[in-house]
Order: sequence, then C-alpha cells, then structure tokens
Amino acid sequence: MLTNFDKSLLNIIQRNLPISERPFLELAKILETTEDHVIERLRYLKEHGYIRRIGPFFDSGKLEYKGTLVALKVKEGYMQQVAEFINRYPGATHNYEREGEYNLWFTLLTHSEEKRKQILDEIKAQEGVEKLMNLVSNKKYKINVQFKLK
Amino acid sequence: MDLLDKQIIRIMQDEFPLVKEPYKEFAKKLNISEQELLNRLRIYKEEGKIRKMGAVLRHVEAGFRANALCAWVVPVDKLDEIAQKLAQCPSISHCYDRNTTPDWPYNIYTMIHAHTRQECEVIAEKLAKENNLQQYTMLYSVKEWKKTSMRYFDEAEDE
Repeated sequence: MLTNFDKSLLNIIQRNLPISERPFLELAKILETTEDHVIERLRYLKEHGYIRRIGPFFDSGKLEYKGTLVALKVKEGYMQQVAEFINRYPGATHNYEREGEYNLWFTLLTHSEEKRKQILDEIKAQEGVEKLMNLVSNKKYKINVQFKLK
Repeated sequence: MDLLDKQIIRIMQDEFPLVKEPYKEFAKKLNISEQELLNRLRIYKEEGKIRKMGAVLRHVEAGFRANALCAWVVPVDKLDEIAQKLAQCPSISHCYDRNTTPDWPYNIYTMIHAHTRQECEVIAEKLAKENNLQQYTMLYSVKEWKKTSMRYFDEAEDE
C-alpha cells in the first residue's frame, strides 16, 4: 500500500528529478524529510513495481528518430507468432492486442524512413497479417505520462 | 551531437542508481567528471532532447487499470484547435495527429487513463460533447505484448 508520503513523493518525482549533485536531498527538502528516507522509499517503490523507470526521457524527434503507429489485422490463430515477431525489433517499444478489426497495434521508432519501410515490409510478409496501416504523425500535441495520486 | 553525447544518452538509459550521488556513478562509467555530465544533461533539457527528467509509474500498479487508445475524427479545419483542447485534459497522456487511410478515417489519437473502463467512457463522452465530435472509437487493450522504453543509440538496434 502507498502511504501519503509515497504519493507526495511520486507526484513530485514524476514531474522533475533535479539534475544536480544531490538530487534526492533536494527532493527531501521539498518534502521536509531526510535524503535517506527519500532514497529508501524510492527503492521500495521501484522494487514493488510502482515505478517503471527513473531517469531522462528523451524526445525521439529531437534525437532524430522517426516514429509511427502501426495497426495490423491479424488472422485468428496467428496473434502470438506475429506479436512475437514484432517484439524482436528494438524500435518496436509498445505492442498491444486490442479489440476491433485492427487487433494488433504497435509503435515503431527507426533512424530512417528506409529502415521503417524495410521493417514494415518484413512484417507485412508474415503469415497471418491480413492488413497493415502505417499511421504517421505530423505533430505531437502532448506526451506527458503523469498520474496524480491522491 | 558528438560521440560523447551519444554515449551519455546510451548510459543514462541504464538503471538510475538510488544513492546519494547518482550522477557521479554515471560519470564514472563514462569516464568523465560529474560536472561535465551535469552540464551536458542540463543542455539536453534546455534543448528539449530530454523532455522529462523524473519517474514514470506503472499505471496499473498505481491504480489506473483502464487505458484506452481513443481515436477521433476531427474536422480538418479545426484539427489544431481541437487537438490542443484534448491535450489539456489531465486524463490524456498522449495526443498525436495521424494520417488516415481509405477504411480508417480517424485523424487524432489520444491515450486516456482512468481507474475503470466506465470512467474512460465518461471522459471520452465529455470530450466529444465539449468539442462537438461525433465519431470516435475506443480501442481497449486485450493484452500487452510488449512495453519498453526505447534504447536510443543502442548497438542492438542496427542489427
């Protein structure tokens, strides 16, 4: 169970972890506690699976990667093998089976459009893949995964 | 970006040490001074290469069990205005425009997070009403096959 302190800590650290010599000391000051306590609770929250990752989150576009969302219509009985085939690409970061005609959706990041095309061609050629939509984005309006814990 | 930038980005994607001086540990691995590392990280943040320095939660564990990819049909002449409005909703984490295909008319994509499916529906209905949008679809996930953070400048990528 999350304590009230944990919730406050998570709300703060989701927004900003200082880039400085003693980042956890700075958080401790804001939360009016000790550096050791902050570190101890973060270890607990990480070990118990509340925190997925701590660190820098990079803007893929600014690092000159190209991203897209791809939707597939996968024939019944082929889902697992197609999903596992996609998972082998390091640039396929999120891969979800969803309800609806297009039943497998994944995001793909590549250095170039040629590489993307090559990967999509390989996926399209897989047995059981009936349709593929490449949904390219021109503009990101928001990317900010934050959950306010009360 | 020089070679050191790429090395820094690669290393900083490793597990963040939960110790008093975490950046010092990364600096050691990189064989540079802590000051040099901090300076470069601050520059990346200013330039927007780092869009966020902090933690991302596992939303299911944090109680957000219903996560829907909601795709909208937005009139093209109002695309920008409405996308910005949708992005302001606190329950929405991602908002992107995307191209359409002949059998797929949806041009705005949002991720909606809530505690229950019903709560997701209520949020979507409210947004539809506020923005006068008639056509949208809620794509609920049935199974998570993969969810990872991208490993930028990782060797495995080029294989």
